[in-house]
Amino acid sequence: MLIKTIFAGFGGQGVLSMGLNLAQAAMLEGKNVTYLPSYGIEVRGGTANCTVAISDEEIASPVASAPEFVVAMNQPSVVRFQNQVQSGGVLFINSSLVDVEVVRGDIEVVAVPASGIAEKMRSPRSANMVMMGAFVKKSNLVSLPAVIDGLAAALKNKTKLIAVNKKALTAGYDFFESEGA
Amino acid sequence: MYGNHAIGEAAIRAGCQCYFGYPITPQNELTEYMATHLGRRKGCCFIQAESETAAISMVYGASLAGARVMTSSSSPGMSLKQEGISYLAGNELPAVIVDVCRGGPALGSIVAGQSDYFQATRGGGHGDYRTIVLAPSSVQELADLTHLAFDLADKYLSPVVVLADGMLGQMMEPLEFKHEAPEVLPVRDNALRGARGRPSRIVRTCNSNTNEIEELNWSLYRRYQLIKKEETSYETFLTDDAELVVVAFGIAARIAKGAIKTARTEGLKVGMLRPVTLWPFPSAKLAELSNKVKNFLVVELNMGQMLEDVQLALGDKAEVSFYGRPGGVIPTPSEVARVIARLYYQKGLK
Repeated sequence: MLIKTIFAGFGGQGVLSMGLNLAQAAMLEGKNVTYLPSYGIEVRGGTANCTVAISDEEIASPVASAPEFVVAMNQPSVVRFQNQVQSGGVLFINSSLVDVEVVRGDIEVVAVPASGIAEKMRSPRSANMVMMGAFVKKSNLVSLPAVIDGLAAALKNKTKLIAVNKKALTAGYDFFESEGA
Repeated sequence: MYGNHAIGEAAIRAGCQCYFGYPITPQNELTEYMATHLGRRKGCCFIQAESETAAISMVYGASLAGARVMTSSSSPGMSLKQEGISYLAGNELPAVIVDVCRGGPALGSIVAGQSDYFQATRGGGHGDYRTIVLAPSSVQELADLTHLAFDLADKYLSPVVVLADGMLGQMMEPLEFKHEAPEVLPVRDNALRGARGRPSRIVRTCNSNTNEIEELNWSLYRRYQLIKKEETSYETFLTDDAELVVVAFGIAARIAKGAIKTARTEGLKVGMLRPVTLWPFPSAKLAELSNKVKNFLVVELNMGQMLEDVQLALGDKAEVSFYGRPGGVIPTPSEVARVIARLYYQKGLK
């Protein structure tokens, strides 16, 4: 089974880190995985995105033309990627920053106020990890412990940072329960 | 690990002592990796040169002094290095040259392409020489073939080109490094490392004695024949019962493999031949396949360069079709699968 995910948002929101986290977790779980950052002529503060492909078999192309999942951390990303999501796929939206209507009826839209939750935790920069937690819960691609393990490996011995990110991940993971959804 | 980083780490593990380069997208992460990881090692040397021409000349100098040396660039930068590569070949000096290819011509795009096949396999510089050309198709192979490139360069006293592409360089995949740095590097007897206790050696780039130049060319020719015999390498995939064989290298082969798996689920008997060495080209294997298979499809990220080698190898023994996406456009596996299916029915194979 081959599953492709695109993470997109403003440069600086940590969308590439989200992709890396997912790729790392999938690798730790013994799956085949590729990670491809967007590579074009970009400007600071502009948009960034990356594609992660996870599969039990060899992965032919790291590019996704019709991804199963899209995580949009800002408004331009929703506009750009909503038409690419595969029919029956899931579009995750950072609803704190996005007020555009999704016109497609054949995909599931999951709204997570990631930036809002992160601000309440007084850690606005970990909005990406809040969203990541929600993504892990909903997508069932990898387990939360694998994501945390991957994160710990990436941050090595920065224990404070690991704690902050872990808290954000858990908050996102538990978001749906608190919503009663 | 990023593909570009994997090349750098593999080079260091192969005992690369010197790296000279000039920044160019999409291989910058390799130069960056060498700056941080090779530059700090004892007895090693990293220089960001003032141009590609300078970098390849530094490679020439380091190789002359007996070092294991590497440079890397992308398409337009490779054009600038060609003069130096010809000199390396002419003086029988080993070096590893990595081309993280983009879509050309001119400055081209900065994403993946395979438009440098001719330049790499035909020897883009002047003179009657060849370079071994290795074509990886995964991050794992970027590492494995970079390691192999150093050994081949030393074995045959020849520059070796690793022809990657922007997508392989930019993507991340898990990989394993299978080699540790060799304890002792081979010492070449044409290296200039001080003449104490022996007569001096002279390496000349210019020789007005035509007989000696002819002898050099004959000696290179014999070596190239030996390389053809010993080092030709390829991968076959589901060719045993195939009625249509796709020929593709690098990232295109990877995409084609995905397409072939789709075609197989539809009952189409399709296989693949993937040259790992582009020079020497696996012509003999293609000719052998054509005893049974009468239809071939070449898939490349250009308008048909390896296609010519396939046609040369097959002659009129089989029909050769072509599908290419130039300019840095990456076809999807389903797109290639449609091409395969269409061709399969057109040729009346089903």
